[in-house]
Amino acid sequence: MNLLYSDIEDQLRSSVRDLLTARAQPSAILARCESEQPHDLELWRTLAGEVGVSALHVPEELGGQGASAREVAVVLEELGRSVAPVPFLGSAVLATTALLGVEPTGPARELLDALGTGGSVAALAISLATMPGSPFPSGVEATGDGLRGAVRAVADAAAADVLVVPAVGPDGPALHVVPVAQAGVVVTPAVSLDLTRPIADISFDGATSTPLPGAAESALDSALWTATALLASEQVGLAEWCLTTTVAYLKDRHQFGRPVGSFQALKHRLADLFGELALARASARHAADSVGGEDARVSALLANSLCSEVAVHAAEECVQLHGGIGMTWEHPAHLYLKRAKADQIALGTPGRLRALLAPLVDLPGPR
Amino acid sequence: MNAETLRERAREFLSKNDPSGMDRLDFLRARFDAGLAWVHFPEGLGGFGAARELQTVVEAELEAAGAPDNDPRRIGIGLGMAAPTILAFGTDEQKQRLLRPLWTGEEVWCQLFSEPGAGSDLAAAGTRAVREGDGWRVTGQKVWTSSAHTARWGILLARTDPDLPKHAGLSYFVLDMTDPGVEVRPLRQITGEAEFNEVFMTQAWVPDSNRLGEVGEGWRVAQTTLMNERIAIGGRPTPREGGMVGAVAGTWRANPDRRTPELHDRLVDLWVRAEALRLAGIRLRQQLAVGSPGPEGSAMKLTFARLAQELSGFEVELLAEDGLRYDDWTLRRPDLVDFNGREAGYRYLRAKGNSIEGGTSEVLRNIIAERVLGLPAEPRVDTKVPWKDLPR
Repeated sequence: MNLLYSDIEDQLRSSVRDLLTARAQPSAILARCESEQPHDLELWRTLAGEVGVSALHVPEELGGQGASAREVAVVLEELGRSVAPVPFLGSAVLATTALLGVEPTGPARELLDALGTGGSVAALAISLATMPGSPFPSGVEATGDGLRGAVRAVADAAAADVLVVPAVGPDGPALHVVPVAQAGVVVTPAVSLDLTRPIADISFDGATSTPLPGAAESALDSALWTATALLASEQVGLAEWCLTTTVAYLKDRHQFGRPVGSFQALKHRLADLFGELALARASARHAADSVGGEDARVSALLANSLCSEVAVHAAEECVQLHGGIGMTWEHPAHLYLKRAKADQIALGTPGRLRALLAPLVDLPGPR
Repeated sequence: MNAETLRERAREFLSKNDPSGMDRLDFLRARFDAGLAWVHFPEGLGGFGAARELQTVVEAELEAAGAPDNDPRRIGIGLGMAAPTILAFGTDEQKQRLLRPLWTGEEVWCQLFSEPGAGSDLAAAGTRAVREGDGWRVTGQKVWTSSAHTARWGILLARTDPDLPKHAGLSYFVLDMTDPGVEVRPLRQITGEAEFNEVFMTQAWVPDSNRLGEVGEGWRVAQTTLMNERIAIGGRPTPREGGMVGAVAGTWRANPDRRTPELHDRLVDLWVRAEALRLAGIRLRQQLAVGSPGPEGSAMKLTFARLAQELSGFEVELLAEDGLRYDDWTLRRPDLVDFNGREAGYRYLRAKGNSIEGGTSEVLRNIIAERVLGLPAEPRVDTKVPWKDLPR
């Protein structure tokens, strides 16, 4: 178990951070999130094509970088720190991990290639609130006439040109590759709480699709468990931004003739947050390190349930301790609060994840 | 000195000193003299000047050979606080005289810092040391002193010049606890037992040769002690459920009829935070091993205290009617804090001390906020005036 960051991970972090610092400043993100195109696809193509973040944990023999979930986690930390509106979770984590779980040949392999270069963006057509271990969704049916049904609250769907859709047909469950640009698919962007990772509702009415051979249920399961483990790292990055930004503000902001950060009533809250962040980071590193391993489920549930709470607390403290400016639209604090609150619901709320964890660690509930 | 050389040294030592056929104390003394006591200490003082983390190599060899240890928990104050301070500020004579029996446990140490009027504000300590001939006469009262009733020596912070500002008028001494001017009284705690003591000093004698550091340098010397206290409290790695959470989980498993949905979610939440704290401890040790201790360390004790209190409070509540009982209020004098040998009510009450001992949680939050996060300090009114003029 290595809970530190390797040199390679640090290098990856600094490449991603440099790019995000140059291209994803809060003011630009704020302007974009109310535009027609809330996702920054140009930035995404640079991240995918030049930095190579979209095929990190894809094996080299499948055209990827052959890295582990640990590196994906480092990218998520940086994306959490910047709340950059790029479809990393939907395309590079959820859809890509699902594709790696079926037979990665033919159409699945072609799609992996296209996602890896950033030439294509995918979304996994499940509700972002789906918990790991959930039964295979039954909202979309594969009929002789194509796919029919609907899915709500799909992350990054509005940015996607192709969907990976879990659907149940006469031969049982399967993952289908579905191009968005067709009459049978309607993607309706929702007014999202999270401005920087907007969700969309999707309806399928006779959509043409290519079913992928392979074990769809375990592929979906693997995508959900991996995303649960890794989202904790995004929450760590987000919480760290909130803490750092608030500390800087409290050093600078003067009231009553002194920096407000000198008041114990305020600084103690930040010290507590610092302690929470240390726990969150250790658990998120552990979860990233354990993906695919023996302790994977316990560590994913542990990290996600904890980091969800820490990120929300950090964002709420960030707003409160900024005072009036923290409540304004022009200050970026709200972007982080909205992301943190949406992340708390994403892949299962902390309470539900704890309920899932309990039997795994021999803490049975009431009879 | 690398791991392989050390391993060979340990094996060579064991081949000449068979622990099964030797007196425990003789073995420990020989181990000290062979430099295998604490390898990061200098040669001649129980070590080799090797890297601190190489100690684990020696411990593994000795443990495999069934060697006795020096009962480190019983002599924790000597090992964790007195020794590093003596090493940093002691004269050669002091190091030669004091460190060996400290390490073997022949001489127990206690810490004479806190006073009834100087707790969090330790630099306000008022115990007076007055110069007399080639030594000092010490008068005052110390409190919350673990091991004072078994200790041979005490590390003592005393005021040598009340006319100077508080930090500047302190000096640091080694006090002989067998001096007739020293009286130790048990201090009964909310648990019913007396784990700590009050120490009253009336004209107690300290030869000047038992001063650590210069006169007036006591605060700086004490910082070394306190820094090492915080390292020591960080503790060693434990397995999952190895700490207090294990006791609480055990109570939960043994009492299916007492479970409610509300308690269940709280328990799993506590379990999650306890496990995350354990992982953070592992992470900290990994950082130390590669030589880059992270600032997270300063938050560990703060988090540990809160969690211990929540867990132990939860357990009493879970026990419901049985939580109305307590195992034993008898005034006892334990050598060690024994969280697992006592019942839930004891754990609940003893854990209240976790956020007070070794720096209150409020002081720790100041330290984290100011030294780690770099936030400005509160304005101070007490640092520039003579100590004797401070309101008290």
